[in-house]
Formats: sequence, C-alpha cells, structure tokens
Amino acid sequence: MALTKADLVQQVYKHHEGLTKTQATDSVEAFLRISKDSLISGSDLLLSGFGKFNVKDKNSRRGRNPQTGAELTLDARRVVTFKPSGILRDKINAS
Amino acid sequence: MNKSELIEALAQEINIPHREASAITTTIIETMTEALARGESIEIRGFGSFIIKKYNSYEGRNPKTGKKILVKPKKLPFFKVGKDLREKVNANKK
Repeated sequence: MALTKADLVQQVYKHHEGLTKTQATDSVEAFLRISKDSLISGSDLLLSGFGKFNVKDKNSRRGRNPQTGAELTLDARRVVTFKPSGILRDKINAS
Repeated sequence: MNKSELIEALAQEINIPHREASAITTTIIETMTEALARGESIEIRGFGSFIIKKYNSYEGRNPKTGKKILVKPKKLPFFKVGKDLREKVNANKK
C-alpha cells in the first residue's frame, strides 16, 4: 500500500491536537502547493534531511523510437529530478 | 527554496503561527521518511511518486583506483514527477 495525501492529512491531524480535520487538510494542501509553485517557478526545493528537488533544463536531442527505430527530434524540456539526502538514504537502509 | 522558507510561506498562506507551520512540516517529512524506511511507496497525485528500488550485492570497482570492491545490497528511493507538475514545470522552459 502506498502512502497517499489522505495518510499525510491523517498524521498531521493526529499529531497536532489544535487542528481540525479541515485545517489539517488545508495545511497539507498548502505544503504541496508551495512546494509545487517553487518548482514551477524554476527554483529548486531543498528539504533538509529528506532531499533536494532540482529543476533542470535539458537541450533538444536526436533520439529514436525504440519500437520502430525511426529517428526523431526530442524537444528541449525542463524536468524535475530528486536527490535523496544522506540521512534519508541511511534511514531506508537501516531496516 | 529551502525548508525554512517553505515553513514561512506555509505560516503566511494558511495564517498559522510559525511554530505550528514548522511542526506540521516536520510531521509531513517524517511521515514520508518513515513510509520509505518501511519500504513503502508514496503516491501524491499532481506532485509525484516515490518508490524504493532494491539492489543486490555486486562487484564494482573504485573508479579512482580501479580496485575491485564488493558493493553491499542497498535500497534507494526514486522520484517520478507527476503529470500535472511535469507539464507545469515544462511550460516554463527556456
């Protein structure tokens, strides 16, 4: 089972007694919206202890359709990459 | 943007004290970290998903010295950006 937004809301609600369920939902939504807006505007997002989301510009390049072998040009694009922090990697490998 | 800037933006956006925004941010990041540490994946629609890939032990080389070494089994998290975020980020390409 994958962790979803509903699980995040549930955990925030559980750990913060002063919040209503609606406020817990709003806070998770706002957290995600702010994170996304940073990336959309082209700024990297650094969550210390978790990892870094980078925005990278890729040049256009010639590629091939792997199924047909036909040559095609892949347009320049902007992508998001993630690099896990050392702390996160250690926690994942501790178990 | 770093974590303290995110906390500040969160406090302003939903009008809560800085301290509360900081605690909520910690809860969200810890919840995600613990899920990944259990080997669970994360799926946040519109944002993206994380999966854990497992690697068996293999024989590698130290790229500097060329010496053979045994690389221990490991697990690594991978992030795949969600469709909505991917399209919006790409819309602002140079």
